[in-house]
Amino acid sequence: MARHIVARTTDIPPGGNKVVAVDGRDIVVFHVNGEFFALLNRCPHEGAPLDKAACVARLTSPEPGVYQRSRVGELLRCAWHGWEFDMRNGQSYFDPARVKIRTYPVVIEDGETLAKGPYVAETFPVHIEDSYVIVET
Amino acid sequence: MAATRIDCDIHPAVGGTRTTLLPYLDDHWKEQVVSRAIDGLDLTSYPPNMPLSGRADWRPANGKPGSDLAMVQRGAFDQLGASHAICNVLYGAQAVFDPYMAAAFCKAINDWIAAEWLARDPRLRASIVVPMQAPDLAIEEIERRAGDNRFVSVLVLAQGETLLGRRHYWPVYQVAEKHKLPIAIHAGSQYRMAPSSIGWPSYRYEYYLAEAQAFQAQVLSLIYEGVFLKFPGLKVVLMESGVSWLPAFMWRANKTWRGVRVEVPWIDREPAAIMRDHIRLTTQPFDAPPDAAGVADIIDMIGSDKMFLFASDYPHWQFDGDDAIPPHLPASLVSRMCADNPLETFPRLSLAA
Amino acid sequence: MSDVIDRPLPEAEAPAKNRLRIIDCDVHPSLHARSDLNPFLSKRWQQHMKTFGDHLRTPYIGTTPYPRSSPLIARRDAWPPTGGPPGSDLAFMRKQHLDPLDIEFGILQVLDMFIFSQQNLEFGAAIQRAVNEWQLAHWTSREPRLKAAILVGQDDTEAAVAEIDRCAKIGQYVQINVCPRANEPLGRRRYWPIFARAQELDLPLGIHVGGYGGHAPTGGGWPSYYVEEHQSNAHSVAAQLSSLVIEGVPERFPRLKIVFIEGGLGWIPATTWRMDQHFDRFRDEVPHLKRRPSEYVKEHFWFTTQPIDEPDEARHLRSLIEWVGVDRLLFSSDYPHWDFDDPRFAFKTPLTEAERARIFNGNARALYKL
Repeated sequence: MARHIVARTTDIPPGGNKVVAVDGRDIVVFHVNGEFFALLNRCPHEGAPLDKAACVARLTSPEPGVYQRSRVGELLRCAWHGWEFDMRNGQSYFDPARVKIRTYPVVIEDGETLAKGPYVAETFPVHIEDSYVIVET
Repeated sequence: MAATRIDCDIHPAVGGTRTTLLPYLDDHWKEQVVSRAIDGLDLTSYPPNMPLSGRADWRPANGKPGSDLAMVQRGAFDQLGASHAICNVLYGAQAVFDPYMAAAFCKAINDWIAAEWLARDPRLRASIVVPMQAPDLAIEEIERRAGDNRFVSVLVLAQGETLLGRRHYWPVYQVAEKHKLPIAIHAGSQYRMAPSSIGWPSYRYEYYLAEAQAFQAQVLSLIYEGVFLKFPGLKVVLMESGVSWLPAFMWRANKTWRGVRVEVPWIDREPAAIMRDHIRLTTQPFDAPPDAAGVADIIDMIGSDKMFLFASDYPHWQFDGDDAIPPHLPASLVSRMCADNPLETFPRLSLAA
Repeated sequence: MSDVIDRPLPEAEAPAKNRLRIIDCDVHPSLHARSDLNPFLSKRWQQHMKTFGDHLRTPYIGTTPYPRSSPLIARRDAWPPTGGPPGSDLAFMRKQHLDPLDIEFGILQVLDMFIFSQQNLEFGAAIQRAVNEWQLAHWTSREPRLKAAILVGQDDTEAAVAEIDRCAKIGQYVQINVCPRANEPLGRRRYWPIFARAQELDLPLGIHVGGYGGHAPTGGGWPSYYVEEHQSNAHSVAAQLSSLVIEGVPERFPRLKIVFIEGGLGWIPATTWRMDQHFDRFRDEVPHLKRRPSEYVKEHFWFTTQPIDEPDEARHLRSLIEWVGVDRLLFSSDYPHWDFDDPRFAFKTPLTEAERARIFNGNARALYKL
């Protein structure tokens, strides 16, 4: 498992995302509800980029006309056909077992920890006062 | 003893309002019908002399096809081999605008079918004809028949005043579910609007083809409005709808739902799965591909052998000869559709009449 | 442990190394604003467009009573960075669609301005001309890969024929377009002068889903939801196929080629089987039909592939394609709409090289004479 420093936390505002290239893959990192989630930036349906997905509430309903919202902003509606995916685990709404997006663990580390090593960044300057998003592939 | 073969769709014919139905109208409606010469409610969908409306060998010397009990018995039971048959009367009582007249005529039809058909042949059952445009009056009529186990379903036309999933119809479904009556949607139109989204067809042939799309729209409406959520015990039977359009219709519904679910979040599983649980189809006409492999494909694509219900559509002319079963259906499916599926779909068939 | 890799996403992908170049039979260009049409409109109609505007058989002036599931029915990534609605920026269309997918030709289908549905027929005639000119001025003259269609409001047959003639003289159009939600079913005789012209000019007749014809989207009434109304597009084209065949349009115009655009495929086999099934019983009503309906379908009709069907089993899609016939299929993407089909990924069933070549290029090439 490789750990990649992909961004400062301040690079991705709440409700926003950033696409980074890691190990030859495009990974999209979302910042929502105080957490960061990383997913392969490619819908399993026809390959749409997920960084343009609508980030919405998880919507359920026990009966016609009743709308239950939870986990606001953590559900993705794909930019093309509107397929719904849970940012947290990549699972589609309609077939969570078989249709999902690859997700990647994310940790946040502060610059001081990173500067101590062994995460020596050769191309990305690490400042000890910042915190960073780490994606594990 | 003959094997159980339940014909889910035959059509006894009403000769006329002033003739057949008169004895079953109260004094007020008798006077209206006679003094105003109110009659002739054969639907535009089924002009009696049109070839489809009656196969040549099923036309009596006098009267409309389906008007002669003995002839119907010979045809549906002796010739086509049914052990039981469900009568769906297509005389257009539902299509008059006056809701009280519609209700009175529907009641008369149901009284007539009970007295002159069901009472004379214990193999016969019937759908309750109701004035859907006035849901409370439709409920009254259903409650009136609920104690008579020979009525096994509720009949509505495929093209009414508005799509069947709409909320104002829900009380009807509640009562139907309570009494274990499936809703039988039969081909036919009240002509409240163009029978097709593209406008008014020139030919009856064209109109008949458009019915298939009307059924599809009804299925979508019932599903997406949440009727099967509200009434999980309810089943809906499509009668004389055609069958072969079903697979692609399922695919398209699933595809659309996956992307647009947010509009109808109470539908939390694929529409095709809901169809397999709640929708049934009679098998005449099937509108099959011309070869056995194609038919096998269609059956495979539909993915549920519970959805098929045997029907002859007597006396409508859908096939020639004595075999009402569409060609190339696997034997296992045939036995299910002739007995198990009808018994499961119309639970009241199993009750003592 | 590992290096940070943080570089911006490549600005543009290299063109797909397909051996096969694609002809996309359904591409939607958009106006930035209606005023884009002003150069092609007289003062009177510029003014009318600004004030009285559209007169359509729908409750709202600016939107549909069936709100779509994404803004402007579009893919969320199709909004040009320079501004304007999806489909309005040629440079972005090239960058996002034509170049990376190696689109050899894209057939334009303009939906803006509801040309086919305008109740004010004079206004309709003015804007159809304007849109037909705009297609050339803004799109096809700047981008040789894009091809224009002659859009005509079918319910004013005289004006339609006049516009077809005007455009035909220019010679830059590959198709004549009418709408499946017209006042009457398209097979009706009032529309035949348009078909006669199309046949004479040897231009295919394109029928793209949509429009406000004044009828409910279904024969049973008005649905409550977009999820129903979207699927009703398939019903409208199935009904039009029946109308055209049964009224005898292919019988009367044997060289006419008709293309259904954005109707999808799934409905075609069952509609055809149903027509054949009941033909004998209704034959006396339609003595003008000399052949079985399925024969007309197999020779006179083409169908663009989007939205492609997605059965759970790939072999079912294969069956569908075989029932319709590979020769009848024209690949389409529907760019930039949300239910866009990507030519690389949309067909989830194996096709032979020869089949791919026909569906993605050869059939359209022959039909549109590209």
